[in-house]
Amino acid sequence: MKAWQKILIAAVIATVVVIVGTIAYLDFSPTPRLYISTTTSLYDTGLLDQIKTQYEATHKVDIYFNPQGTGVALADAAAGEADLVLVHAPSSEYPYLANGTLVCRKIIAWNYFTIVGPSSDPAKITGKNATEALKNILAYGRNQTGIIVWVSRNDASGTYTKEVSLWKSAGYNWTTISKESWFASTGQGMGATLQVADEKSAYTLSDLGTYLKYSRGGTISLAALIKGPDYSLLNVYSVYAVNPQKVSNVSFSQAITFIKWLVSDAGQQVINNYGTSNYSQPLFYGAVQPLKNNSPQPDASWIKQYALFNGTECPTQYQDDHPELYP
Amino acid sequence: MKAFQLIFSGDPTLYGIIYRSLLFSGVAAILAVLWATPIAMLLGLKNFPGKSIIKGFFTALIGIPTVALGLFLWLILSKETGPLGFLGLLYSPGAIILGEALLVTPLIVSIATNAIEAVDPEMINLAKTLGASESQASIAVLKEAINGIVFSNIAGFNRAIAELGVALMVGGNLAGLTDVLTTDISSDTARGDFPTAIALAIILLAIVFGINLIIVIARNPRVLLTLGRMPQ
Repeated sequence: MKAWQKILIAAVIATVVVIVGTIAYLDFSPTPRLYISTTTSLYDTGLLDQIKTQYEATHKVDIYFNPQGTGVALADAAAGEADLVLVHAPSSEYPYLANGTLVCRKIIAWNYFTIVGPSSDPAKITGKNATEALKNILAYGRNQTGIIVWVSRNDASGTYTKEVSLWKSAGYNWTTISKESWFASTGQGMGATLQVADEKSAYTLSDLGTYLKYSRGGTISLAALIKGPDYSLLNVYSVYAVNPQKVSNVSFSQAITFIKWLVSDAGQQVINNYGTSNYSQPLFYGAVQPLKNNSPQPDASWIKQYALFNGTECPTQYQDDHPELYP
Repeated sequence: MKAFQLIFSGDPTLYGIIYRSLLFSGVAAILAVLWATPIAMLLGLKNFPGKSIIKGFFTALIGIPTVALGLFLWLILSKETGPLGFLGLLYSPGAIILGEALLVTPLIVSIATNAIEAVDPEMINLAKTLGASESQASIAVLKEAINGIVFSNIAGFNRAIAELGVALMVGGNLAGLTDVLTTDISSDTARGDFPTAIALAIILLAIVFGINLIIVIARNPRVLLTLGRMPQ
């Protein structure tokens, strides 16, 4: 055997050892793993870190979050990249339930979206409802030249889905008005979009949690001009397990255990208490008690009207033999 | 397949993105050459204490991570925190051009310095004996080194058009205003619009490879001749 042949064989063996070793090392884990595709708002506010700490303290499992817009989180779950999804756009979620990708839906939390803008409020939206506010912003924007008045996410997220429906109920088509010069879209997450709006002294739609985090941190000086209670600004978060019969290699039983914990008193308490110390108000409200007791009003009725599918949290055929989740 | 249809569809949004990419990177490269060439001439022609340290400094800065530069610029230009916030540059084309010009300056300085140093030092002496002033002699050197300086400009343009960090962080990817090829590829992937992302990536690759090909041919035109001499 020639010298170069020996070297070649040695190199091939070394490469194989390194690759196999790396894969084995990265895949080796003494505890089971749970992969969760989640909307950015739950993650960026720090709520999920709190949930992870609490859950891992009592369960032998490692949780990994992949924060994305709701649209991508759903698509990733369908592609087998996650065991669970946490999302907030009921109209985008239903098709995944209907085609069998996702099962065992539970509504876990709610709050209101907020329209934020410069505290000088040049479009005079304070005190208006959400659709009137958007009409004012549009009228003000069309009267300006060369400045940006509204900043849109445009990233297939739950917040973006909400924004499109708000413009629709104000009588405008998002695609049409997005081409006008006062209208900007970032294609990025909530944090980046809030920073652009702040820098341009423009208005935008934000989830409350991300806004409070950036605002209290001094990163932005925008004011929350329109807040709930307002049915059109309702924001409802749901959890789904990925269906093991439809998507291979998912940890279904781990996912169900996690969902049961999220809707338990312990899980709901974490959600209700999160943020009270840093922001002097909760960022999210647990949804289990409002749905069960039908209070507080009108929020509980609004959640049902907005987020139930055919009058139920999860239609029976999508409960995947876990009726205990739906007492 | 849909990606290819998009490229040839004549979609004005797509062409706007390509136009802005070429414009911002082009202006940035030209700006950078304007201030990098005098620096390179100083470094290439003059001898002064600390010269090798400054040269080393520029060489080291060639590899500056774009996100780090993006962060510094963001902090300087931000209305909330920055000393230059009053300019209102953040999230505007000017911020991207400024950032990319700064980004490629070390690269251009280094390449142009090497090109100027490669000019035979006898040239200057010859020019001076023929009655040229100091500045006329410098211009003569510049003429000799012009290939290297043009090359440095093209290399700077290439780095500018292919970078993501600066354009995304200080440009904000505002659709139709500050979004460029790299930032749109990033956001299209994030929202799951893969046909558009792929179409833009193909265009970006075509631009970068095309420019590199031109550089190779310009530096050694005989490459073209070898194409005709393929083994039978």
